[in-house]
Amino acid sequence: MKIIETSELVKDYNGLKAVDHVSVDVSGGEIFGLLGPNGAGKTTLLSMLVTMRRPTSGSASVNGFDISSEPGKVRKSIGVVFQDPSLDEELTAYENLELHAAMYGEKEDLNKRIGEVVSLVGLEDRLHGIVKTFSGGMRRRLEIARGLLHRPAVLFLDEPTLGLDPQTRAAIWEYIRKLKKEYGMTIVMTTHYMEEADHICDRVAIIDHGKIIALDTPVKLKDSLGGDTITVETPKAKQLAAELEKEGVAECSRHDGKVTFCVKAGEKRIPEVVGLAKDKHIGVISVVLHKPTLDDVFLHYTGKTIREENGTARDSIRMRRRAMHR
Amino acid sequence: MNHEISAVIAIWKREIIRFFRAKSRVIGTLGFPFFFLAVLGTGLNSVMDIPGTNYLDFMTPGILAMVLMFGSVFSGVIVIMDRQFGFLKETLVAPVNRASIVIGKSLGGATTAMFQGVLMLAVASLLGANISLESMPVLLVLMMLVSSAFVSLGTAIASLMEDMHGFQLVMNFLVMPMFFLSGALFPLEHAPEILRLVSYADPLTYAVEAFRFTISGSSQLPIAASLGVICAFLGASTFAAAYTFSRIEE
Ligand SMILES: Nc1ncnc2c1ncn2[C@@H]1O[C@H](COP(=O)(O)OP(=O)(O)OP(=O)(O)O)[C@@H](O)[C@H]1O
Ligand SMILES: [Mg+2]
Repeated sequence: MKIIETSELVKDYNGLKAVDHVSVDVSGGEIFGLLGPNGAGKTTLLSMLVTMRRPTSGSASVNGFDISSEPGKVRKSIGVVFQDPSLDEELTAYENLELHAAMYGEKEDLNKRIGEVVSLVGLEDRLHGIVKTFSGGMRRRLEIARGLLHRPAVLFLDEPTLGLDPQTRAAIWEYIRKLKKEYGMTIVMTTHYMEEADHICDRVAIIDHGKIIALDTPVKLKDSLGGDTITVETPKAKQLAAELEKEGVAECSRHDGKVTFCVKAGEKRIPEVVGLAKDKHIGVISVVLHKPTLDDVFLHYTGKTIREENGTARDSIRMRRRAMHR
Repeated sequence: MNHEISAVIAIWKREIIRFFRAKSRVIGTLGFPFFFLAVLGTGLNSVMDIPGTNYLDFMTPGILAMVLMFGSVFSGVIVIMDRQFGFLKETLVAPVNRASIVIGKSLGGATTAMFQGVLMLAVASLLGANISLESMPVLLVLMMLVSSAFVSLGTAIASLMEDMHGFQLVMNFLVMPMFFLSGALFPLEHAPEILRLVSYADPLTYAVEAFRFTISGSSQLPIAASLGVICAFLGASTFAAAYTFSRIEE
C-alpha cells in the first residue's frame, strides 16, 4: 500500500526550483529517508507534504488525502518534527503536550497517552520542567514525543539528529526503529548524515538541486557502484597485479607501491589475495578494504561528495540558534 | 465538546500561563499607569480645571483605556515571538481552523489585559479616584470588548511583521498617537477643531468615552455611539486578524 504518493511536485521560489518535478511513492510502514546536502530541497519537499507550503505545480497525497484539497485530513494523519525548534519554551513539557492534544482534538486517556510518549523518549522525570531549561537533545525528544501524541499514520522528521551528540543520536535512532516495529508507523525523514540514512532507512532517496537522482535500499544503492575495493601496499605492485589478473581479479588502479582491486564481498577475498602474494613471494606491507558508503553513492551520482557541500558553518549557526533558545 | 472549541480554550490557557509566568511583565505593565496616575493625576489635579470633576477622576477612565490597549496590542507580539522561536509552525500544521487560534489568542490576551485593567483601577481608587462598585459589571463587559478588539489589532499587525523591529515601529507610530489623541488626558471639547476631528477617527476615543460614561455617568459622546463604534471596531479587527493570520505561510 502506498501511503504517500507525489506526482511531478514542483516548488519554485522566484525562478529557483527548490523542488523540481519530484515523483516518489512511500509504502506504509517503511522508514523512508531523503538524503541530500544543504539546500537540496529536503525541507521544502517535506513542508509541501505537511501542508505548510503550497506546491507551485504537481500533486501529492498523504494517507489517501490530497495535500492541496484536503489539508485538514492530511494534518490529522501526520506528525511533524521540524528541522528548527518548535516548542513553546515558556511552557512545561506537559503543557506543550496538552496544548498539542487539544489542537488535535485528542482528549481520551490524555494522561495515559502523554505517559506513553514521554516514556518512549525517556523524558518521564522532566515532564513538569519548563522547556527553557531543557538541553537540545531533550527538546528534540520532546518534539518527537509530541509528534507521536495523536498517533499519526505518518511521522515526518526533518533532520531529527542535527547538532546532537552521538549518544543522543543513537538513542533517537532507537526510538525511530521502535516506532516502526511496535506501531507499524510510516516514517519519512530527511538527513544529510550518511550513517543515519544507512543505519535506519529502509529506502533512501538521494536528492540534489531539487531532483531525486537515486532511490533504493541503502544496500542496493551501494551495490550499484560495483562492489568493494581492496588496496594492497607492496614493493612489487606490478607483479602482484599481474598474478591476480590471472586469477580473474581486475586491477582498478595502481600508483606508487599501491594497487587497488575491485571485487565483490571484499572481506572474503582478502585471505585469497594475501595467500597468493605469499605463494609468489611478494611481500605485503598493508591491506585496506573499502566498502562503498552512501558518500560514494552520492559522489557517483553527483560528482561531488556530500561533505564538500555541507559547509559546517550552517550547522554551527543552527546549533547556535538552538543554543540561543535555551 | 467540539474540537475547535477545545483548541480555543487551550490557546486561551496558553496565553494566560505565559503571562503569569513572566513575573517581570506583570509588574512592568503596572509601573507605567501607576506613574501616570500618581504623578499626573495628583500633580495636575490643581492645575487642570475640569468642570464637574477633578483631574484624577477625569483621567482614570483614560488610563484604564491605555492599560487595556497597551496590554492587548502587545500580546500580539506573541505571534512574532512564536515565529522567531518556531512555535508558530506547530500551530500552522495543526488540524484546527486558523480562526479558532485567533479567537483563542484574543480571549487570552483580553483576559490578561483585563487583569491589568482591574489592578490599575484598584491602584486608582487607592489614590482617591471615585469608582463605584455598581459600575463594575458593565465596566468589565466593556473592558472585554475593548481588549479583544485591540488584541486582534495586535495580532493582525504582528501577522504582517517579520520581526520585532517592525512591531516596535508600529507601536511607536500607531499606538502612542492613538493614546494621545484619544482624549484620555485632556477633554476634547476644549481641544482645537482639527485635533477633535482626528480623535474621532481613533477607536480608543470611543473606549475612553464609554469607560468615562460607565464610571462617572456622563461623557461627551452618547454611550450608544461609543458602544456602536467599539463593536464595529471589534468586528473589523477580528476579521483582519483572522484574515492576516490565516495567510501566514510560515
Ligand atoms: N522561503 C524561501 N524563499 C526562497 N527560497 C527558499 C525558501 N526556502 C528555501 N529556499 C531555497 O530553496 C532551496 C532548498 O531549501 P531547503 O530548505 O528545502 O533545503 P534543505 O535540503 O532542507 O537544506 P538543509 O539541509 O540546509 O536543511 C535552497 O536553495 C533555499 O535557499
Ligand atoms: Mg532542511
